[in-house]
Parts: sequence; C-alpha cells; structure tokens
Amino acid sequence: MVAAIDQGTTSTRCLLFNHAGRMIAVSQREHHQHYPRPGWVEHDAAEIWRNVERVVPAALREAGLTPDNLAALGIANQRETTVIWNRHTGKPLARAITWQDTRTEPMIEDLAADGHADLIREVCGMGPTTYFAGPRLRWLLDHVPGAREGAEAGDVLFGTMESWVIWWLTGGPDQGSHVTDVTNASRTMLMDIRDMRWDERLLGLMDIPAAMLPEIRPNATVYGSCRTVVPGVPIGGALGDQHAALFGQTCFSPGEAKCTYGTGAFMLMNTGARLATSPHGLIPTVGYVVGDAPPVYALEGSIAVTGSLVQWFRDSLELIETAPQIETLATSVADNGGCYIVPAFSGLYAPRWHPDARGVVVGLTSYVTKGHLARAVLEATGWQTREVADAMNADAGPGLALTRLKVDGGMTANHLLMQFVADAIDVPVERPFVMEAVSLGAAYAAGLAVGYWADLAVLRSNWHRAALWEPAMDPALRDAEHANWNRAVERTYDWIRPT
Amino acid sequence: MPGRIQSIERAVAVLRLLDTADQPLELHEIADTLGLARTTTHGIVSTLRELGLVGQMHDHGPFHGRYEVAEAARLFGRGGPDPHELRSLAMNWADSLAAQTGLAVTLGVPTRADVLVVHHVFRPDGSPQRLAIGQRRPLHASALGKALLAFASGGARRLQGSDLTAYTQRTIRTHQALAEALAIVRQDGLATEDGELEPDRGSIAAPVHGTGGLAVAALAIFGRRDELFDGHGGPDHGLADATKATARALTRQVQTLW
Repeated sequence: MVAAIDQGTTSTRCLLFNHAGRMIAVSQREHHQHYPRPGWVEHDAAEIWRNVERVVPAALREAGLTPDNLAALGIANQRETTVIWNRHTGKPLARAITWQDTRTEPMIEDLAADGHADLIREVCGMGPTTYFAGPRLRWLLDHVPGAREGAEAGDVLFGTMESWVIWWLTGGPDQGSHVTDVTNASRTMLMDIRDMRWDERLLGLMDIPAAMLPEIRPNATVYGSCRTVVPGVPIGGALGDQHAALFGQTCFSPGEAKCTYGTGAFMLMNTGARLATSPHGLIPTVGYVVGDAPPVYALEGSIAVTGSLVQWFRDSLELIETAPQIETLATSVADNGGCYIVPAFSGLYAPRWHPDARGVVVGLTSYVTKGHLARAVLEATGWQTREVADAMNADAGPGLALTRLKVDGGMTANHLLMQFVADAIDVPVERPFVMEAVSLGAAYAAGLAVGYWADLAVLRSNWHRAALWEPAMDPALRDAEHANWNRAVERTYDWIRPT
Repeated sequence: MPGRIQSIERAVAVLRLLDTADQPLELHEIADTLGLARTTTHGIVSTLRELGLVGQMHDHGPFHGRYEVAEAARLFGRGGPDPHELRSLAMNWADSLAAQTGLAVTLGVPTRADVLVVHHVFRPDGSPQRLAIGQRRPLHASALGKALLAFASGGARRLQGSDLTAYTQRTIRTHQALAEALAIVRQDGLATEDGELEPDRGSIAAPVHGTGGLAVAALAIFGRRDELFDGHGGPDHGLADATKATARALTRQVQTLW
C-alpha cells in the first residue's frame, strides 16, 4: 500500500492506493480560507500541518491498516502557496500567501518595467507573472517583522507546501529535512529550469537570501523517513498537483496530455526532453523528474473558469439547484439556440491575454431559454479547451500533437460536456478508472522511488479506460460553431477602460 | 439531527408510488412494491386518505376500491431524483464495482416504457467499447428493467396489455412468467438477464432504493453469459454479492437526498 497526501487549496486529504493503483481509503479535512483584504487569500500553515497529522492516521484506520503496511508516502500540493517559518520553533512567521493571492501584481509590473522580463523568461521558461512563489516570498521578507534578518541569519526557512509538510514529517525543529521538488521549485521564478538549480542572478534580483531555500530534489526519490505520523515510512515522492495529475494519468510519452477539470481546468502535455517555447502564452514547465533520469518537460495551459461557471449558473443565476442538474437542463434542448457565454470574469488569459476583457452572453433572442443558456455554459468549457489544445499543437514542437486527451476531475461526470469537448477538439477524450489522478500521481512517484512499482511500464499497465468519447460532430458544424465562439470572444475585449 | 421518522418516510414513498403509477393501485400492490406489511400499508393509506392526500376509487369501474394520489398531494411535485445527480453520486461506486468484478457497469433509471441508461463504465480490460449512455433497455428483457419493475410503481402490471417482445429464445414472453420472475427478484433483491436480450450476453442487476423503498435506479454488471452464470444457470455468488453490496452503498447515499 502507498499513501498519498493531497495538500490542496481547500482541504488536505490522505488517500491509500494498492499495487493495482486502486483507491482503498480516503480521509479529508478542510482548512480555513483567510481574506484579509480584496485580492488577498491566505492559509494558516500550522492548521494545514495539524490536518496532515489527522488525515493520514484516519485513512489508515478506515482501511484497517497500520504504518507497517505502507511501502511509501507521496505528496501532491497546491502550487505556489508560500510560507516562511522559524526553523527552531516550527512556527510560521505569517500566514501562507496562496496561489490565488494577487498582492504581488505591482512587483511583477515593476520587474517587467525595469527590463528584467527577458532574463526571467530565459531562466524560468516564462516571463514574470503573479503565478510564481518567489515574489510572494519577497513580499513576506519585505513586510513581516524579523523575516529578512531571520532568513539571513539562517533561522527562517522558505517553502511551498510540500517543503513545509516534509520538514515536519521528517522531524521538524529536530533536524527536519528542508527540501523541495523540481516541479514546485520551477514555479518559484528562482530556479533555472534547465539545470534545476537556484539561479544566483534571480536570487540577487529578487534579493532572496539563499540560506532560507530548500534543497531541490527529483520528484521520485527518497526524501527521508517519517519520524512522526507514520514513523519509519519513507517519503518517496513530491510533485505540484498538476504535475502529479500528469504522472497519475501516466502521460509518460511526448505528446500525451491530460486535462483536469475542476473550478478551473489545467491541461499539461508531455514534451519530452525538449523545453518548448510558447509564443501563444502557454507555460513551459518541468513535467517530472524520476530519480537520476533526465528531466521530462511539459507545456501547461490553464482555463480560469470552467466548473466555477456552472457554480455561477447555480448560485448566482439560481437556474439549477445542483451542479449535475445542468446536464438535465442542457439536454432539454437540442442545441445552444444561437447563444454563447464567454466567462471572461477576470479577463482572458492564455492564449488570448486580454486582462481588459469581461464576460458576455451573446446571441440572445426571444427564442433562447434557460436550457440554451445551460448548453452555452457547458460549451464554453469545450471551446476554451479547444483554444488551449490549439495553442499546444502550435507550440509543443515538431511531431508533437494532441491525438487523445486524458481527463480527470469532477466535471468528467458530465457526459454531455465530455462529448462536447471531444467534438470541439476533434480528438478522442478518455477517462481512467481512478479519477483521483493528482493523488495517484503522488503515490506513483513515491512507490516508484522505493521499488513498490518496478518502472513506468508497470504504472502504465495500471491505467484502465473507464469511458471514451469519440468526436462525432459534423466538421462543417464544428467550424461554424468555432467561428461563432471566436466572434463571441471578440465581443469581450476592451470592456475595462484603463484607469 | 434526530433520527428520521419511519412512518413519514413510508407515507412519502406511498405517495410517490401512487403518483408515478399509470393507474390506481390495489392495497396489496402498494404493500408488495414497498415491501411493507399489509396492515402497515393499510394504516398509512387510510391516514393519507383522511388527510385528503390519497383518494379511493368508488366508481364501480375496473379500478373500484383502488387508490390514487389526490390532487392536493400533486402540489408537492413529482420530485424523483435527477438522473444526472444519480450518475454523479454513482461514479465512484460504479468505477469500483467495475474494477472489482472486471466487468462493465451500467446505471439505469425507469421511464414510462423502458429503462434509460444514464451511466456506463467500461470493463477494465482495454477492449474496444462504446458508451451506452442514452440507450434504452426493455423492462421485461433486461436485468436493469426487471430490477426496476420489481420495486417500482405498478410492477409487472405496467406492461399489461403490451406485447412482450422476444429478443432471443430466452426472453420472457408471458405476463404470468414475468410476474413469477419479478416475485423472485423481490425475494432475492437481485435481477438477472441470462441471454434474454442478446443470445450470448447477460447481466446481473440490483435496485437502488430511494427513501421508503421505491426503486429510483438499478445498477448492473454485464458481460458474457459464461462469465456471469454458473453451470446451473444461477448467478455467480461473488458477482451477485458485489453488485448487491454496491447498490446498497449507493442506496444509503441516495437516501440522504431523496
């Protein structure tokens, strides 16, 4: 049995997987979201650690197992959420700044204005954006009393959530291992994405003391043994959540891609040994690194609003009572009735990059009913997937194109939507048995590191198709609908006027 | 929260049953469908009648003495489970049943004339398969249909007057035989289809009950006949138990909502 800790945005979970990759038990605890100001979103890292201490034993209890039954433990985590803590007490100096937090926007604008964008793009694979953890760390150093002095004296440590959890699991103040993995480190804006080391130029530029940084390790490697929670169990894997899903979906060959559909969606394509450049604004990133093997790179495209559009339809428009009912409403009509919804709620990002855009509902006539609106909501996810897929095909590199898409996440329960995604991108869409691809990926990396699974081929043989949606839309109709979607998107531009 | 009051749950089930029946029902039909004692059922129906929510036919026609839902109760709405919510609840259970049995899994909901397949999980062997979501299954010739008929409004009488299409040599063709088969389904909590829809294929299904006992869906595994049935034509015990256990687990979850 292998345990996976999924330290996510809203909760911390522990899942247990057997050798066939089947989920045996799950335990979950939510943590508080703190919103001290508009645009700020924080987590209490101490609360998250307490939840880790509870969910792992709870999952073992559910399965009737003891730590002796665990071959390894792996961690997948919300990316770019940043915490600093005192290495002698284990106390965070401030609440963790989460990936959703936008307070570093002015810093990012300054970096670009001061002409550092090219260096950052050269070293990190993409220019400065608010995604990255490094600017959040800099904000903490600038604003939290004692942070900078403590960091320079070697008393204050930095980490993303996997570093924080591993440090505590391996002893905490008593010689805990201060490590991170290449995927999380690649999202700091401080690591050289080619040689996988902290980059001194960027540390200088950002004024980050090197003493506070964790050691960068591969994703599947033994990080150390737990000294608490499950004493003696080796920690064999750590990955950022989306990279974990790529691994859990066994996208081990160049060109293989997965898309995880939650409140937003994240598509990652394996680009092999080649670090792609993306004129279309996708993010070249580290896919994963197994032990001493060379890094496998990936291209990442995200869609800000997918499941959250269904939530908006439910909670703000109150046209349905539960999310699955959108399919019932959408199947009450045969098509979208000429109506399109573009959910540019906070602007449009890759590949369009129009922060000035805002959402639209277009094509309204007296014919349009709530059933058509429900269709338009689902189709918006399909066409946004198409946009990311087109950008991937353009930027992934010679010979790499999307030929199938592996999907996971809650929205894969929506049959109408999955069929529409297949129709929109014109390649087959397939869902595996284990929908918990993020946790499975962490478990796979950990089990691989300790030899519980022999190699990638064994993991691949664990992947079984639970459903397949073949493209079935008439090509002429697809082109016409795609053109309509594009015209709808154009109508979102330039809505917010520069202040 | 205090525990649920069983008599209210049963009263609601009686109302739903009468509301979805296509004709008035006799007392014993209500009792049999919901698995209640006749005396209990009589008490519930009488109370509902006195409260004006159930009516009894007094027209001396063919339905004399039977019960139907009163107009007043129809105001409460029909309120069956949404099929897509059911699928959403069933996803993990269906995946796990398919992984456990190595067979394909479907979830079906009753319509007036047949069964609608709302969820389908492939058998986990990588063989080429097509999603059957949206397809229909006949009530009398499929495991899904029989599981639903046995525990749904009207039972076999829903099909009375309609011809029972013979899909294979083994399809049930008479209403008498169907009624007997459904009695066994009620007794076992399990329905089988042994080459009755396609010659070499079969299925084992168990009902998913809403609060009060009415079947709101059925969960089935399907495969080749020789995979599902032993040499004597009985369902494989392990597969039957796994199907029933999964349907029970899903029932518990469904009953928190309906």
